[in-house]
Amino acid sequence: MITDIQTFFRELAASGINLTIFYDAFDFDRFVTGLGNTLLLILASAIFSIVIGAAGAAILTLSKGPAAAVVRGYVALFRNTPLLVQMYFFYFAVGSIMPVGQNDIGLPQPLIGSFTWAVISLSLYSGAFNVETFRAGVGAVHSSYEEAALALGYNRRQAFFSVIVPLALRFSFASLANNLVDLTKATTVAYAVGVAELLYVSNQIWSDSLNTIEMMNVMLVIYLILTGAVVFIINRVEAAMRLPGFGLGDGQ
Amino acid sequence: MNSTNLLAQILEWMPFVLQGFALNILMSLLAIVIGTMIGTFLGLGQLSPGWIVGTPSKLATQLFRNAPWLVLLFYCIFLMPYQINVGGAVIQLPSWLRATIGFSFPVAANFSEIVRGAVKSVPRGQWEAAEALGYSRRSTLFRIILPQCITRMIPPWMNLYALLLTATPLSMIVGVEEALGRTQAAVQAQSDSRVLIPMYLALLAMFFLYTWPINRLSLMLERRFRTK
Repeated sequence: MITDIQTFFRELAASGINLTIFYDAFDFDRFVTGLGNTLLLILASAIFSIVIGAAGAAILTLSKGPAAAVVRGYVALFRNTPLLVQMYFFYFAVGSIMPVGQNDIGLPQPLIGSFTWAVISLSLYSGAFNVETFRAGVGAVHSSYEEAALALGYNRRQAFFSVIVPLALRFSFASLANNLVDLTKATTVAYAVGVAELLYVSNQIWSDSLNTIEMMNVMLVIYLILTGAVVFIINRVEAAMRLPGFGLGDGQ
Repeated sequence: MNSTNLLAQILEWMPFVLQGFALNILMSLLAIVIGTMIGTFLGLGQLSPGWIVGTPSKLATQLFRNAPWLVLLFYCIFLMPYQINVGGAVIQLPSWLRATIGFSFPVAANFSEIVRGAVKSVPRGQWEAAEALGYSRRSTLFRIILPQCITRMIPPWMNLYALLLTATPLSMIVGVEEALGRTQAAVQAQSDSRVLIPMYLALLAMFFLYTWPINRLSLMLERRFRTK
């Protein structure tokens, strides 16, 4: 079976479409590693950015003091500066004052590698957008829900976590899906700090095998599948969490 | 060397970086003009009831909206010719111009969605009222629906421009000498690790000072148009 596939793509290569990743074991391994790293980047950054977004929105809603000002400053700063510059700032500038350890053969090795920096900066960047998303979701919940909860004896904090948050979450899905698609697309920027993700390994492969056009098309298709998958997953979660009679589609 | 020296050293490199930033602004302005023009056609195409125009417009919009900017940039940098012949005249395409064209595609796709969203946000009743008054589909769109959409399209369009400007440093990866590339070159030339943080902070400040007012203005306009 595998040999059949390999022969097929070898013959295809002879006819001009050179997809080395399907018959060359070395290129295949590199490609799978890159795809794995991209998936890891997406997953880790998505989780952290949602946590950051939720925490930021909670602070903005519950507190009016300096904590809210800090969150607002963070959102403004990260939304209005380029992700690539942020990543360079973390990786090169902040990285230069971080402690350096030693690897197995005694060479200096920074304790925080490029992958971790990429996750940190992607999470902070995407998190800033998620703060606004969740904040808008909270704003979309009509104040009568909170008043009803207060009338039933909840305090403000309890009302927020038990009544507002579950409803706000359902208002946030469309915008959250958008942010996560943007995050998926943004993982390519990690290429610039040398994370071996999909774009990086594709670049290596087309440099070695001189099949630039084929690899670019493969890469484009994979990113379209990934963004499609993100939208599909969010839609499934949204459908699973839908409350009958509540939401935008139900003529509220 | 003390801290005043360090400051002087950084200030000395600022004109060099600012020239790069001017290229960022130039690229973003060109790309938003090209992107808006193509995006208008794509967006109106998406609204077409016929499949000959409608389906390709929808496909192109989804394709360029969901592909990473950097991947589209790679396409334009590697697969576009270095020069083109137009009736005997040779036009050089330097890498910054090719990068600008690369940025125009996602901008066009995003603007296409803005146009579609704005037109869809006009209540259906207006289409029906216009039809009842004997307007054709074309004149309903151009004389009744679109004039109302312009104000609704301005805030997201400004956000798109801000997003575009913050994407322009990506062109540094493919070898365009813009602000980030120049900052990196400046840091390497000084070979002093203490300038790293201030240099990158200065660069972040440049982008922030340019983009933040645009986003604020967009938010203000959005609130103003909403209450009307």
